[in-house]
Amino acid sequence: MAKQIVKMNLNGQEIEQLVDSRTLLVHFLREQMNLTGAHIGCETSHCGACTVDIDGESVKACTHLAVQCDGCEVKTVEGLADGGILHAVQEAFYEEHGLQCGYCTPGMLMTSYRFLQNNPNPTEDEIRVGLSGNLCRCTGYQNIVKAVKSAAVKLQQKESATA
Amino acid sequence: MIPPSFEYHRPSSVEEAVGLLSSLGSEAKILAGGHSLLPMMKLRFAEPEHLVDINRIPELKGVRVVGDNIIIGAMTSENAVIADPVLNEKVPLLPEAAKLIADPQVRNRGTIGGDIAHGDPANDHPALALACDAIMTIAGPNGTRQVPASEFFLGTYWTALEETDILTEITVKAFPQGAGYAYKKLKRKTGDWATAACAVVVALSGGSVSHIRITLTNLGPTALRAHDAESVLMGQSVNDDLIRQAAAKAMEICDPAEDLRGDAEYKTAMAGQMVQRAINEALAKVS
Repeated sequence: MAKQIVKMNLNGQEIEQLVDSRTLLVHFLREQMNLTGAHIGCETSHCGACTVDIDGESVKACTHLAVQCDGCEVKTVEGLADGGILHAVQEAFYEEHGLQCGYCTPGMLMTSYRFLQNNPNPTEDEIRVGLSGNLCRCTGYQNIVKAVKSAAVKLQQKESATA
Repeated sequence: MIPPSFEYHRPSSVEEAVGLLSSLGSEAKILAGGHSLLPMMKLRFAEPEHLVDINRIPELKGVRVVGDNIIIGAMTSENAVIADPVLNEKVPLLPEAAKLIADPQVRNRGTIGGDIAHGDPANDHPALALACDAIMTIAGPNGTRQVPASEFFLGTYWTALEETDILTEITVKAFPQGAGYAYKKLKRKTGDWATAACAVVVALSGGSVSHIRITLTNLGPTALRAHDAESVLMGQSVNDDLIRQAAAKAMEICDPAEDLRGDAEYKTAMAGQMVQRAINEALAKVS
């Protein structure tokens, strides 16, 4: 089998793993690293449930090979909270009821997290475009958009509090 | 769905990549953004024994200006195209159209070169390349060569690239001063391919059309340039009647494949609509 050693920084931890070259990142995370936050939805890069952060960009982990992450910084939804304290995006989804069944939520959170890093004060239209690669079959998106707006405010408040 | 087994190679230069392709032969495929190839591998439509990942070749990324040439590295991502200041100023059709490709996450991985080299008539960059008179730079075992977009797309999944070639650069020129442009894409949802799409670049001189390109996506076995439609408008002071005539000429060359997006008649009718909308929008942007 075509196995390779892959080193990466995964949620702040340096790891080194033997990976089959054909293993998709989402399977590597879920099955080899036991990080089941990134979900397998459509497996065709449409639904966004598997979205993770690679080197500061949102990527669909179902259409990315684990071996491609060698030397990269990878962040999953498990790396979002800080020692049991929810990230502002998670807090906002919880407060605004930005989820029902929760299946799309890890992807929504990771996309929202990166989107707000790049655009800290978005308009509603920008939020909807920013989240257009993530599908939700429950909420109708209204509360998700509200949650991202609320998270933007929370993050800005945190920023000004520490400034 | 997991792709079939393969050996993974990650060259760090174009030379190394070409060497790998030459030694591995027809069992090797290039891995660019992977958002066409990996899905095809999952479905066993492609079963390469070797993948040559060209994501870590720095010279293939980014946009640079040399004289009056704007050179776009083939591995420049769609989001990098959207954000690039040179493209936004000189060839604004490309960033505007790239916003209509796939979705935000896919645009982080998907590349302009991958979109072109795949040879899929449903991809958007082939028609955009035709509209911009792009020149493709290709690296192969015998050195590099250049092929204009008009001679690059030979058929569905069939381009001027040989198995041992890599598309390295896409070269375009700045649009004529004051040119208008538009890309109108009818799609069912975010992330979908075009049911029908049309790119237009137009410039006026003394109120008459002095430069015009009308190109079509997903309306035939390759992207199409609607020469006869352009001829209807060239040298003319454009009015609604001429725009309808141009759209009718463009519809004549449409030969779309029937699929879930519609039958040939519907897609051709939508092509006519996209052409009219794109011409109108491009004219409105002329300054």
